[in-house]
Amino acid sequence: MRITHDAVAGTLESGDVLVRVAPDETLGVSVSTSVEAQYGDVVRKVVATTLAEFGVESGSVIVEDKGALDCTLRARVQAAVARGTDEQIDWPALIGRLP
Amino acid sequence: MTSSYGVLSAGNAGFDPATVQFSKYSDSALIPDRSVLFVPGSSAGMLSTAWIYGADLYTFDLEDAVAVREKDSARLLVANALHSPQWRGLRVAVRVNGMDTPFFADDLEAVVRAGAAIIRLPMTHDSHMIEELDRRITAIERACGREVGSTQITAAIESAAGVVKAREIAEASQRMVGLALAGFDYLMDMHAERSRGGTELFYARCAVLHAARASGIACQDVVWGNIGDEEGFVAEAEMVKQLGFDGKSLINPRQIPLLHRVYAPTESELRFARKVVAAAEEAEERGLGVIAVDGKMVDGPIVAIARRTIAYAAGHGAAR
Amino acid sequence: MGMRDEKLCGSLEEVIKRSGLTDGGTISFHHHFREGDRVLLTVVREIARLGFRDLTLASSSLAECHSELVDFISQGVITRIYSSGMRGALAARISHGLMDEPVQIHSHGGRAALMQLGELRPSVAFLGVPTCDRLGNANGTSGKARCGALGYAKVDAARADCVVLLAEELAPYPNLPASIRQEQVDLVVLLDSVGDAARIGVGATRVTKNPRDLLIAQRAAEVLAGSGFFREGFSVQAGSGASSIATIKYLREKMQAAGVKASWALGGITGAMVDLYEAGLVGKLVDTQTFDLRAIEDLRVNPDHHEVSAAEYADPLGLGAFVDELDMVILSALEVDLDFNVNVLTGSDGVMRGASGGHSDTARGAKLAIIVAPLLRSRTPTVVERVTTLVTPGSDIAALVTDVGIAVNPNRPELHERLRDLNLPLTSIADLMQRSIEIAGKPRLPRFGDKVVGVVRYPDGSVIDEVHEVIG
Repeated sequence: MRITHDAVAGTLESGDVLVRVAPDETLGVSVSTSVEAQYGDVVRKVVATTLAEFGVESGSVIVEDKGALDCTLRARVQAAVARGTDEQIDWPALIGRLP
Repeated sequence: MTSSYGVLSAGNAGFDPATVQFSKYSDSALIPDRSVLFVPGSSAGMLSTAWIYGADLYTFDLEDAVAVREKDSARLLVANALHSPQWRGLRVAVRVNGMDTPFFADDLEAVVRAGAAIIRLPMTHDSHMIEELDRRITAIERACGREVGSTQITAAIESAAGVVKAREIAEASQRMVGLALAGFDYLMDMHAERSRGGTELFYARCAVLHAARASGIACQDVVWGNIGDEEGFVAEAEMVKQLGFDGKSLINPRQIPLLHRVYAPTESELRFARKVVAAAEEAEERGLGVIAVDGKMVDGPIVAIARRTIAYAAGHGAAR
Repeated sequence: MGMRDEKLCGSLEEVIKRSGLTDGGTISFHHHFREGDRVLLTVVREIARLGFRDLTLASSSLAECHSELVDFISQGVITRIYSSGMRGALAARISHGLMDEPVQIHSHGGRAALMQLGELRPSVAFLGVPTCDRLGNANGTSGKARCGALGYAKVDAARADCVVLLAEELAPYPNLPASIRQEQVDLVVLLDSVGDAARIGVGATRVTKNPRDLLIAQRAAEVLAGSGFFREGFSVQAGSGASSIATIKYLREKMQAAGVKASWALGGITGAMVDLYEAGLVGKLVDTQTFDLRAIEDLRVNPDHHEVSAAEYADPLGLGAFVDELDMVILSALEVDLDFNVNVLTGSDGVMRGASGGHSDTARGAKLAIIVAPLLRSRTPTVVERVTTLVTPGSDIAALVTDVGIAVNPNRPELHERLRDLNLPLTSIADLMQRSIEIAGKPRLPRFGDKVVGVVRYPDGSVIDEVHEVIG
């Protein structure tokens, strides 16, 4: 699936994350997080996994994290991708796969 | 444990058993929810932290708390939160958007799959709505492999029609576990005004409560919106408790301990309740059919009330 | 005509020239103006302009507003620092290895002890005051830049070789009552501004409305009330954090219900303590630093509100410290580990962002020290396996009160016994950490280099921990 237009989800409040997506030829993910030392790698992993679950193949994804928990990271990435694509999303399959 | 009183709400791992005095009385069907705390589904922060407040039931709100533009994102926050470690083991309801909105269907799909214990349907006017909701939930449960019938329903009564049809609504499905009176929209429908004394809610309260009791389900009273007025809140809670309400819907965590204190038994009520339960257990052990306390016969309903009394005291001790 | 030279100087340059300051000397400051301080940088800029180098900076603490010090460190004007703590860009740069010599981090009482031991010897103390007269009589309770008690400044005024007062306004002689007195003061100079009044003290420290802070505070008050130290005539100190102030509010309810009064309160005095006094619930307020305008005004007018020096407050080597007589103290923490050790200095990323302050002083001295903190601050855990920096040893901490549960130190079995029947969510510190990991995941530790950038001193001067340079 591809990101077909610009979209945003989330906020910069403490405990939340702002996710911006835009169309691009390849998949590019950039993550900045307020908890880089303790959880930087975890945050990047959750973002990558969530994008992979959607099968996102192209798009620019910019993530500004303010210490969001995994459930919030997932939700905001899902929301941004859903807002940013014209393609149909198989929600039942996605939500059925929640841990 | 299925119940979620103060201590246990904070997670079940490793608490000193000596401080958990009420482990026997954890059947949530036995203990109706006193405090039902609304948590805005659009707030990532609150979905991350509200589990600490010791409410009997939490309700994630996709409806009034969420702006139209954020309905999709909030739905995902809620669905993901339902699966999260901080909410595991706690009972969570979700207030979906109204049946006549474009968000209802997607809300239901998402939160039933994600494991919401209860669906709270706003603006329930009649029994057909509950039947429709029941059918849809069944279809989703089957599709996603969730035990059919495991999702329960609370109907929010927010209109004159809903008040008048409360009994049919309560009977409309096996999933029905509660009626919640919602004051704001009901009063608008009635062309009435909210007052401190609450006369304008009198009939609705009585009607909805009767419907719930006749059907054997729970009943919660309206939200008290003026968070700064704690005295007013406690006075209203005492009044509806006396009428027989199981509790209230709450919008601020500070209302939780205030409400639990209203529902806490007196010392003598607690003493009596302990005697009753001890006698009931002894009778069961010895295979006796009849229970007597202080020389008087005590039957099933009194034992049930005694168990509830003890559970109410557990978080707060005897308070009055 | 007097035999002495006129103390009042015409310029900062004149002051510095007359002070006897030389390269390699020690300049000292207080932090009573908190984030509103203008004295430190004004003085250091002038000292740099005059070409001084290799100085030791001893400020009782350092704030975010002092970030410009980075430049003067880079230029070699300042090569050593003694402070209770630091924040912002200055702290970040030092944490990443800006200085050759590690900073010495001390407690409030520890600073006085270091001076008594002779390790810290201020050549010149530059003490900002809102007003003073031309001979140097000064207090902190009048004037636009009023800041309340001058507890830290009083120590320097007693110990420094040369004491300089910098004031915004010249008061008529004699400016009595005086916290710093003419017999201590060498030189006086006027500045346009010593501090930004808006940032010195907040208008009124309101009790927080945040339900999580209130929940923690409510539990903390239960712990204090059930501890066995809650009896007629008790003494208490509370920090200035939201949960600490709210704890006083709930404690007050308990005091009113039980008819128990406190004989004195120690601080860090806030408006909340003044409220307690005005409710007739505490006999005396003992104040080394005043946090808000309400408390500042109270210090000025209330005969039961007493100013004390930081030495009287907590010097372990002196002839008597208030912290040693304290019954209960409510403290905060950045991190608490499985042994109840506390870190108030570095974040979990290893960067300095706090201060030792009165933490180890009061924990050591009080009969009961409790920590109030949320289990998680967004994703950052409070309870960790091992503190990033050890400031207060766990043996001094009786309990940790969080929004998720209360952990009593196993070295206080009698406290655990007392709290058991109070329907409180008692748990173990290990279980708190476990819960935190379940929710937020297990945090990685920061990466440190070999270079020591900070040395943490216990109140008696001994070294309790070191802060290493943060990599990355």
